[in-house]
Amino acid sequence: MSHIDVGGVLRQAVHQGYTDLVTRSTGMAVRHSIERELSALKDGTVTALDFTHVGMIDYSCADEVVAKLLLLVAGNEIPRGAYVVVRGLTEYHLEAIEAVLDHRGLALVVLVEDGGARLVGAVNEDERRAWHVVHTRGRTHARDVAAEAGLDEDAAENLLEALMRRRLLIRLSGEYAAVGTAAVS
Amino acid sequence: MTTVITVPRSLDDVTFEHVLDQVAPLPADAKLLIDARHCTFSSPYGFTALLTLAQTREVKPEFAPPIDENVISYWSRSNFLRYAEEFFTLNAAIPKPRAAGESDVLLEVTPIARNDDVHSVVERVKQRAQHILMSKLHLESRSVMGFAMTLSEACQNIVEHAGRGGWVAVQAYNMKKRIGRYGVVIAVCDGGVGFRRSLESGRGRPESDRWDDAIALETALLYGTSRYHDPGRGQGLKGIRGYVTRLKGKVSVRSGTARLSINIPAWDEDVPRKDGLAPFPGAQMQILIPEADRAV
Repeated sequence: MSHIDVGGVLRQAVHQGYTDLVTRSTGMAVRHSIERELSALKDGTVTALDFTHVGMIDYSCADEVVAKLLLLVAGNEIPRGAYVVVRGLTEYHLEAIEAVLDHRGLALVVLVEDGGARLVGAVNEDERRAWHVVHTRGRTHARDVAAEAGLDEDAAENLLEALMRRRLLIRLSGEYAAVGTAAVS
Repeated sequence: MTTVITVPRSLDDVTFEHVLDQVAPLPADAKLLIDARHCTFSSPYGFTALLTLAQTREVKPEFAPPIDENVISYWSRSNFLRYAEEFFTLNAAIPKPRAAGESDVLLEVTPIARNDDVHSVVERVKQRAQHILMSKLHLESRSVMGFAMTLSEACQNIVEHAGRGGWVAVQAYNMKKRIGRYGVVIAVCDGGVGFRRSLESGRGRPESDRWDDAIALETALLYGTSRYHDPGRGQGLKGIRGYVTRLKGKVSVRSGTARLSINIPAWDEDVPRKDGLAPFPGAQMQILIPEADRAV
């Protein structure tokens, strides 16, 4: 998995002394730097945006850095096959990031300290359950997800395909795996 | 001829309307003397709105500062007089700011014109706010960070929409008379284009025959509409509303001839919407966060 220190990008792209991700223009400058880093990676690389060294993030900046980056990734405007997850979030970061994801109907995989991962943003209960099954099992087939999540197989397949289009899952040799987890990193 | 504009003894978002009522009938190039000699208190809104008023006049107004030594010293420490020297002709000597003891001024009057100003304001408030917001307003640490986010979004409205620089000031103080407890006020004022013209400049104006300052405020504040086509815009004001609602505070925005107040708490006698106010360019926002309930 590739790693981008968002705090470092902020200081390099905008100002050496800044620790907070605030304002749209700062967010835009940071996103452009991240886009350039992603563009230099191989297709299919999973990249963790690390917020550990970011003090706070406001709604406008969260929209510019996270939501717009996800839109570009989903729209293949960054090299085909790029995957983005985030790590190092505090509850303060999460508040702004979740709000902008919900607003735009986007979702994201957040890596947490204990090595686990969770989905944040606009996902319904079935999607969340299906993703969780895949994440827990590592790599799995739609029929296993259907059985464990209490869905019929077609519905499970449709859900997993939709999650894949949203870059929250990857298909590996006919099986699904959660982006950013041990099976796909 | 110079017209004397009397500043009320206590200057805040409500009483500032008396100042505007006196100014409104006068042409923009009329000579004004803003008489604050008998003013004994100004909220952050009063300071920032007075500077905005001076900015919007074609002829630099005169300013008579408060005569009470303690008041003038406080106005000086709040940085108001530092900028007043630039935008008014002061008709009295200004004392150098006296060193004060522990102060609840979280942010002195500060100009906002560029992106960097917002960064700097957030950084300064984060450093100072933690202690006061937690010890005097009994807010949780999560709310302290939300406070900085709220301030950032409020200031960004100037940079993004006003078309000219504005002002911000933040102070915590005992608001016994008005709300019966301690509170913190964020005031962000500018004399720029205002909500109505900002929305008109993009595609923010709804398709309706009815269109005025009040509807423009409602369009932006209640429906999150912005002049930009980008559907991600408007989240800053939504975030401010959410934060203020959670903390049982109040946010008021005045623009042009209207004023909208959202989440009017039980302790306040304000009305949600006021039309037909004296015209004033730009946008003036006040966010009031009261001391948390459990400590009252």
